[in-house]
Amino acid sequence: MSTETMSIFSPRLAARFDALVEKYPLRRSALVPMLLYAQDEIGYLSDAVIAEVARRIGITELDVRNVATYYSMLRFKPAGKYNVQVCTNISCMLRGAYDVYEKFQEELGIGHKGVTSDGVFSLEEVECIGACCWAPAIQVNYDFHDDLTPDSVTGILAQYRQKSEGQKNA
Amino acid sequence: MPRLVSHPDEVKVVSKRFGQGAADIEKYIELGGYEAIRKCLAQGPDWLIEEMKASNLRGRGGAGFPTGMKWSFVPKQSAKPKYVLINGDESEPGTCKDHLIFLHDPHSVIEGTIIAGLAIGSKMGFIYLRGEYRYLLEITEKAVADAYAKGFLGKNIFGTDTEFQIITQSGAGAYEVGEESALMESLEGKRGVPRIKPPFPAVVGLYGGPTVINNAETIATVPHVINMGGAAFATVGSPRNGGTRLFSISGHVERPGVYELPMGYNLKKMIYEVAGGVRGGRSLKAVVPGGSSTPVLLPEEIENLGMDFDQVGKAGSMLGSGGVVVIDDQTCIVEFALRTISFYQHESCGWCIPCREGTDWLKKSLTRFHAGFGTAKDIDNIRYLAENMMGRTFCPLGDAAAMPTLGFVKKFRKEFEDHLGGKSCPFAKSGTPQLTVV
Repeated sequence: MSTETMSIFSPRLAARFDALVEKYPLRRSALVPMLLYAQDEIGYLSDAVIAEVARRIGITELDVRNVATYYSMLRFKPAGKYNVQVCTNISCMLRGAYDVYEKFQEELGIGHKGVTSDGVFSLEEVECIGACCWAPAIQVNYDFHDDLTPDSVTGILAQYRQKSEGQKNA
Repeated sequence: MPRLVSHPDEVKVVSKRFGQGAADIEKYIELGGYEAIRKCLAQGPDWLIEEMKASNLRGRGGAGFPTGMKWSFVPKQSAKPKYVLINGDESEPGTCKDHLIFLHDPHSVIEGTIIAGLAIGSKMGFIYLRGEYRYLLEITEKAVADAYAKGFLGKNIFGTDTEFQIITQSGAGAYEVGEESALMESLEGKRGVPRIKPPFPAVVGLYGGPTVINNAETIATVPHVINMGGAAFATVGSPRNGGTRLFSISGHVERPGVYELPMGYNLKKMIYEVAGGVRGGRSLKAVVPGGSSTPVLLPEEIENLGMDFDQVGKAGSMLGSGGVVVIDDQTCIVEFALRTISFYQHESCGWCIPCREGTDWLKKSLTRFHAGFGTAKDIDNIRYLAENMMGRTFCPLGDAAAMPTLGFVKKFRKEFEDHLGGKSCPFAKSGTPQLTVV
């Protein structure tokens, strides 16, 4: 088997990885954040991502999968370009999170872990995101939106749709 | 953007730099930052541990263990390197205080971490933030880089021969990683399952070395303790509960927000005066005093309740993470219990059978119950299940699910009974939770 494998990481991600593994007293301490950073760039943890992370850290692919499957933010198939994560935990629920979540389902025509056919949005019901005092709150990728009502939904989606269009035309 | 609130009763210690741009290192210094560490470097570790002990500062993560004592447990001599680990994995439902600390005052966490390192003789600290807090991680990473550039971190901090390095770390979504031994596992690149204790982290922790693990709020408080003096800090709070606390008040109140109040502050006042009372002129049904894992309290139980570790404990609940969740009279407690338990079922790491199976059966039972298909026997079964989870797991997650369940069943039995006999939920407006989180 060849040890020279083409990297699927961008040069920037590869450099970040190289710097990260050297920082720790133990290389594999980079594993959890690195999986997330790779997912941010590639979209999900494909077989190729798993293989490359394993090779770069020096552990088996099975070991990587064993760890990756534990963490709820890590996924093994593509999400939408904008992943809408609606918190419905207690503080958000008390202030109407299920109404907000329902509105997102209606507007996008998808349910939990669904992806729109154009691939722009995906939807997820998630556990507490640490925005309890500004509930109900959601995250779109890593961006927080808080103090929502069902009426906020259309505007939020339009904002991201526009962003997506802008990038396409650029 | 998280809204900042304020109230005249607040005593702003930890939050005093919020909203003032102190994420910028120059601003932090201008506002008195990095003076505490200079004092500690001059006075030495023994002095600083004594100050911490005198302050009566207790861990803000939930357990309330005295911080000074925790630090003093780390052996002075160690063949393996010692570590400081800051828990910014904030994920107890109802809690969002660390969110504001990292957003507005990340240098207080860095300064506190260096002080903890000095106290135990460690050269390396880790600041672990939950994966969802990416924008806060970026703010913290920038702050760490600025501290390096100033020579506050590195081989010779503040021009002394003391070394201290800080590494920031992102999680990737797991409540269980907030448990200290699971946190270490995650930082070592493993699944976040708890370790068997003993040995305790102070003796065998991260990478096998002695490790101190502190909550982000605790560590952000440390520089203030040093600046004020331990004894002066202690007088702000109540007996054996030094200082102030960031209370995250959420749910059905007029003015939800993170308020900094002295330890021992009355819970009723907190709800009715500080947070403006129950929303829409409704009445109070119940309050969860310290994050979703703490047993619910009834209105009559909060009349004279001071919010500190000892008083809330005496009242049969816990101060926990300081997440006060207020519930009005239009809320179905069975639904609330179901949503609480669904969370713990989702987050159980599966290591211990009583927790893995217990949370699953509790969720199933409560789902059926809330849908109107429960039987009278189910109420006792739910209680029996929860009782048999208590104290039978390696980490506190099993208890965290069982304790609130017991509170709901005991204090709201009548409301459970109202769901019997195929009747629909008496509070049907909000509907059955969809609970698709898997």
